[in-house]
Amino acid sequence: MEVADERLNASTFEELAMPLFDQLFNFAHWLTQNRSEAEDLVQETYVKALKGFSSFQPGTNFRAWIYRILRNTFLTSRTGLKATATVPLDTEDAPELPAGPDTPETIFIERSQQQLLQSAIGTLPLYFREVLLLCEVEEMSYQEIGEALTIPIGTVMSRLSRARKALREKLRQKLQGG
Amino acid sequence: MADDFTAKLDNYLDGELCTVETKSVELHVRNCPACAADVLSRVHLRRAVQIAGRRYQPSAEFRARLQRQVAVRPGFSPARAWLTAASVIAVLLFAGMLANYIGHQRLERQHAFSEIADLHVSTLASTNPVDVVSTDRHTVKPWFQGKIPFTFNLPELSKSEFTLLGGRVVYLEQAPGAELIYQVRKHNISAFIFQDGAVNPAFRADSGPRRRLSFNAQSWSANGLRYFVIGDASAEDIQKLADLLKDAARS
Repeated sequence: MEVADERLNASTFEELAMPLFDQLFNFAHWLTQNRSEAEDLVQETYVKALKGFSSFQPGTNFRAWIYRILRNTFLTSRTGLKATATVPLDTEDAPELPAGPDTPETIFIERSQQQLLQSAIGTLPLYFREVLLLCEVEEMSYQEIGEALTIPIGTVMSRLSRARKALREKLRQKLQGG
Repeated sequence: MADDFTAKLDNYLDGELCTVETKSVELHVRNCPACAADVLSRVHLRRAVQIAGRRYQPSAEFRARLQRQVAVRPGFSPARAWLTAASVIAVLLFAGMLANYIGHQRLERQHAFSEIADLHVSTLASTNPVDVVSTDRHTVKPWFQGKIPFTFNLPELSKSEFTLLGGRVVYLEQAPGAELIYQVRKHNISAFIFQDGAVNPAFRADSGPRRRLSFNAQSWSANGLRYFVIGDASAEDIQKLADLLKDAARS
């Protein structure tokens, strides 16, 4: 979603921001894990974005821009500070292992245990959860994710890889009743 | 299955590999059952996360609240205020000028009507109201030859109530013209004929029968000539004479 128009105003903001409302709320809820906090986070994001809309560079990615505002707002909140306090970031990856034909995740999905999968996503560390959701749910490109999270593409790739690995591990644990 | 290749699979499924690498992965997956199974497993997981990840929906109340907050509100803008003020002033000025123009036009038309009425009254008040005395249009019309810079046709009145009394040369704002005096039931009516382009624009406004100072009058133009018919006869008589003159002009 790129804005080429040089004239930015409140009307343009509404046109660009409101279609992203559902997605932003969903993402905010995943970050905060709480409906009320998600509403506050989305509301604050829109207020900040509207106020700072004049600083938005036309021709750049609006979606990445507003997601960045939401995520930064979350990181400075009490819940966000707590969530980031215990997460080790971007360490060297262990070699990637094949998923295999009868992997826990495929069995999980076949059993349609959506709730347990959601629970597994919810228990992922914040930095894995957000990168996974931006890639899989929001279908953002690595470039876009990098802009939203303010990290290089290389970090996006490694963090995404580790997030997927962590999710598989969570699913294995849940399958084994752990 | 090589580790570096396995690491590429997610990038491949994310559509983030270049064309060459994508083709290379596709070729390998087609010939390697283990990698094919791995790809399938990852695709399953991606789809499942995609569905599970779209979990939370905002409430309608929250949506409405935020929509109200974001909705464009026409705020005070100095530039817009100036523009509005300038527009209002421009409209008022234009309306004032238009009213002034219309008023001026009306005044000029009234003045023109008064001029015609004065000519008519002064003719009637004169001891010699006509210079050529004749009821015959074929006598009156030639009399004007050489006296005015145009000619005109006069109506045949034998089948009408009107009688031609005669004519005289008159001047309207230095423009020479013909005045013809008709009578109907003892009411005298003046018919003035001038060159249309020679008289003031205020005299050029066509009008149906109009009444002012108890005179009825009518004005029109035909063949480059401006006609005025005025008298104390009824509006109907004025109209009849005007129609006769119009018919004569067309013949």
